[in-house]
Amino acid sequence: MTAPRFDTVQVGDVLPALQLPPVDRTTLALFAGASGDHNPIHIDIDVARRAGMPDVFAQGMLGMAWLGRLITGWAPQSQLRRFDARFLGITHLGNAMRCSGRIVEKLEHDGEHCVRIELHSANQFGQTKIIGEALVALA
Amino acid sequence: MIDKKWIGHELPASLLPLERTRLQFFAKAIGETDLVYSDASAAQRAGYADIPAPPTFLFAAELDSGTTFQMLEDLKIPIAKLLHGEQNFTYHRTACAGDTVTVRSTISDIYDKKGGALEFVVRTSLATNQRDELVAELRSVLVCRH
Repeated sequence: MTAPRFDTVQVGDVLPALQLPPVDRTTLALFAGASGDHNPIHIDIDVARRAGMPDVFAQGMLGMAWLGRLITGWAPQSQLRRFDARFLGITHLGNAMRCSGRIVEKLEHDGEHCVRIELHSANQFGQTKIIGEALVALA
Repeated sequence: MIDKKWIGHELPASLLPLERTRLQFFAKAIGETDLVYSDASAAQRAGYADIPAPPTFLFAAELDSGTTFQMLEDLKIPIAKLLHGEQNFTYHRTACAGDTVTVRSTISDIYDKKGGALEFVVRTSLATNQRDELVAELRSVLVCRH
């Protein structure tokens, strides 16, 4: 991967978007095991229904991990300085998330050239599920 | 209502040994295909000591150890009412397979909105490695909806 350089990126540039397949139960089960989040509300429909939900739904941190892929697909993880997410809505089964990012600022931070990136994750119906921000150092 | 006496409470430390197989499993679960996250030699060619823990992976430390669930029990937050409101990471160095990360958290705030219909717990954490170097700072906002 050729890392983007501070001099050649501009405010307004967008990161290559990351399109995910629709969320299915297998993905939720694998993420429960891999992430250590064994909360059954994400993997057991009986528990989800008892909690008043129509069905299981995605772990918030799965959506954030996908946004992480968006960032590290653009610049090496060793250059990631900050990563913030706000969870705005539940990601349901069948939701196909699209992760996108846009450079909103070029700045100096702790003696490094950095870019601030606005992050956004929405499903195929245009419903926003996560908004966030990342700070990435660029050479 | 969540008892505000818990503000300032320090949670027991959680040790998370970073194992290649676990990181490979995590990469598979999130659909990550970049070889840096599954192949140690690709990671080393990219300048990492071994497979790096992806940006959000350290959240697993207190799930694996049971600290997160114990905290919810202590604070009397039913898991069925729990939502994740916000999550922040500030990174100081990349943790890789072979490292052991220790996460130490404090309950830094508890507050409510909408007349108590929503209660918020803020947990702030420091993640260090086996050399006691700071790896990352984490901040979680957990929401209990009534």
